[in-house]
Amino acid sequence: MAFNYDQYLRLEKMPTLWCWGCGDGVILKAFIRAIEKMGVKQDDVCVVSGIGCSGRFSSYVDFNTVHTTHGRTVAFATGIKMMHPDKIVVCVAGDGDALAIGGNHTIHGARRNIDMTLIIINNFIYGLTNSQTSPTTPQGMWTVTQKVGNIDPTFDACALGIASGASFVARETMLDPKKLEKIFVKAMEHRGFSFLDILSNCHINLGRKNKMVSAMDNLNWIDSITMPVKKYNELPEEEKLNILPTGILKEDTKVREYCDMYQDIIDAHQGKRSNITQDDFEKKI
Amino acid sequence: MADTREVISSGNHLAALAGADAGCRFMAGYPITPSSEVIEQMSDLLPKRGGSCIQMEDEIAAVAAAIGAGMAGHRTMTATSGPGISLKAENLGLAQMCEVPLVVVNVMRGGPSTGLPTRVSQGDVRQAKNPSHGDYRSITLCAGNLAECYTETVRAFNLADRFMQPVFVLLDETIGHMHGKAIIPTPEAVTAGVVPRKQFTGAPEDYHPYECESDQPAVLNKMFEGYRYHFTGLHHDKNGFPTEEIETCRKLIQRLEDKVMLHTDELELNEEFMLDDMTGEEGEVLIIAYGSVSLSAKEAIRHLRAAGIKAGLFRPLTLWPSPEKSIKKYTDLIKNVLCVELNIRQYTEEVERVSSRLDIEGLFKVNGRPISPYEIVSKVKEVF
Repeated sequence: MAFNYDQYLRLEKMPTLWCWGCGDGVILKAFIRAIEKMGVKQDDVCVVSGIGCSGRFSSYVDFNTVHTTHGRTVAFATGIKMMHPDKIVVCVAGDGDALAIGGNHTIHGARRNIDMTLIIINNFIYGLTNSQTSPTTPQGMWTVTQKVGNIDPTFDACALGIASGASFVARETMLDPKKLEKIFVKAMEHRGFSFLDILSNCHINLGRKNKMVSAMDNLNWIDSITMPVKKYNELPEEEKLNILPTGILKEDTKVREYCDMYQDIIDAHQGKRSNITQDDFEKKI
Repeated sequence: MADTREVISSGNHLAALAGADAGCRFMAGYPITPSSEVIEQMSDLLPKRGGSCIQMEDEIAAVAAAIGAGMAGHRTMTATSGPGISLKAENLGLAQMCEVPLVVVNVMRGGPSTGLPTRVSQGDVRQAKNPSHGDYRSITLCAGNLAECYTETVRAFNLADRFMQPVFVLLDETIGHMHGKAIIPTPEAVTAGVVPRKQFTGAPEDYHPYECESDQPAVLNKMFEGYRYHFTGLHHDKNGFPTEEIETCRKLIQRLEDKVMLHTDELELNEEFMLDDMTGEEGEVLIIAYGSVSLSAKEAIRHLRAAGIKAGLFRPLTLWPSPEKSIKKYTDLIKNVLCVELNIRQYTEEVERVSSRLDIEGLFKVNGRPISPYEIVSKVKEVF
């Protein structure tokens, strides 16, 4: 029997404002299937989004939802999560959202390892505002702000996530919705900051002048620049340069989660335990 | 008195204590002079009471996290100084649009820009009225002595929940770092005065958070309790979802205006010092001041009265919305009016607007130093 999404969708908000063939819908459906698979109550989930096409994600799904300001998703979610450490908090952001204007919050949310899942829907362009260069736009591509070709170096989001201290880092593409669903489950079940770089298409605003005018052209391009991490690791170094590895790139289940650590602070202030020392952590400086 | 207690503390510490006593259970902040003592104090007070206090990566994140906790349904605050408010402005607008209660303590220092970080100013009064773009009515309280750092912060929490929006508490460097004795309400008295934010208790399908009387705030239920709705900074409909429907948009913004401006009686709080014997006769002097400046003004008034000049002080504790009727009453009665501010004309312009008078005298100081009683006495003798 086909999966019925109705319970999790705000059907009265359909159709979405996303363009035909947009990957955001595929990602949204995979997310809903992941929630269903986990068997959690809709009331126990909070979806926080930023600004951009991905920002509308929160208004289409029937959970506790927050559409915040541009780039600040993780910061808003931090306040929600700190007060409700037992709830599932999911951040949905775009590449511009999470890596440009909100880069600082992405870094520090990951550094704290606070338990939330950051889904970066990375379509390599500012789509909603019509084709401006994003931090992930490949060099040489046309954008409305760099019409003779983008010179800004391309950002590897997952490298940032790993370096910042996120305890779970993965990349998938909307080409494989089954894998997406699985990675969403793993990320949400992981206690800590889960950093997901989900590659998606924007044939309208990235593709139109970059010879990818159809969704399929755009998806084929994504396929051509990605490779499962196992295979990727076997590549000679010079061939790794223009390939983005997919799959789980980091999974650390030993590093402590922020709200759990904050409980230690509460306990210490209430005289239930001694002050916090380096012995309380897996990692020692 | 049974309902009060005597403490020795500082203005910033009292603002923190007030938050904790008023039921604030989340604070997010970022270090900034001269307000840092507020979060330093909260980092002890909140975990002791089972709450959380977090130092965020920047001012923007601090207000965002605080608003997040407010969206989840908790009493929440942040504290900063002028440069921090400038950074927080966009998210303060979101809180106004989404109608999320929040207390923002601003310990004012010299501006613009980095200005005079360790020195006193009242330069953020105009900013407090309109910290970000768009139409809404900011509520701004201003403490004029140590005890008020406590009582005004408590009042701010109750007003934030009543009006469902951010409320500013303006301290200034002088008051924030002032240390001494204060007589403040007991925690029990504060708890007894708490009116928690309204909650809808009917069936979830009948719940429409933004469907309310045209002069009333939204009713935002706590998160994770079965009432799923949407927050957005976009114009939104009765359930919080984005809309561009003409009448819905108009009504929403008009309601943000009216929920405050049609209920200013609930907001107004003034001190009238030595004004009760004013009759409107020639030579009477009305001084208008607020915050730490009012301490100098009172001292000046005692000197002026001793010298035979009948002077009195009108001090608004709620700066925004301004106490229009009260200002009008005294500026109509008394001819000689002197506004004393640690800025240039920021509130004087409001007094001019409300009184429709352009002969208001001003004593302004913007060099980071307090105004002394002597300066006020001299100014009065010079201009009137």
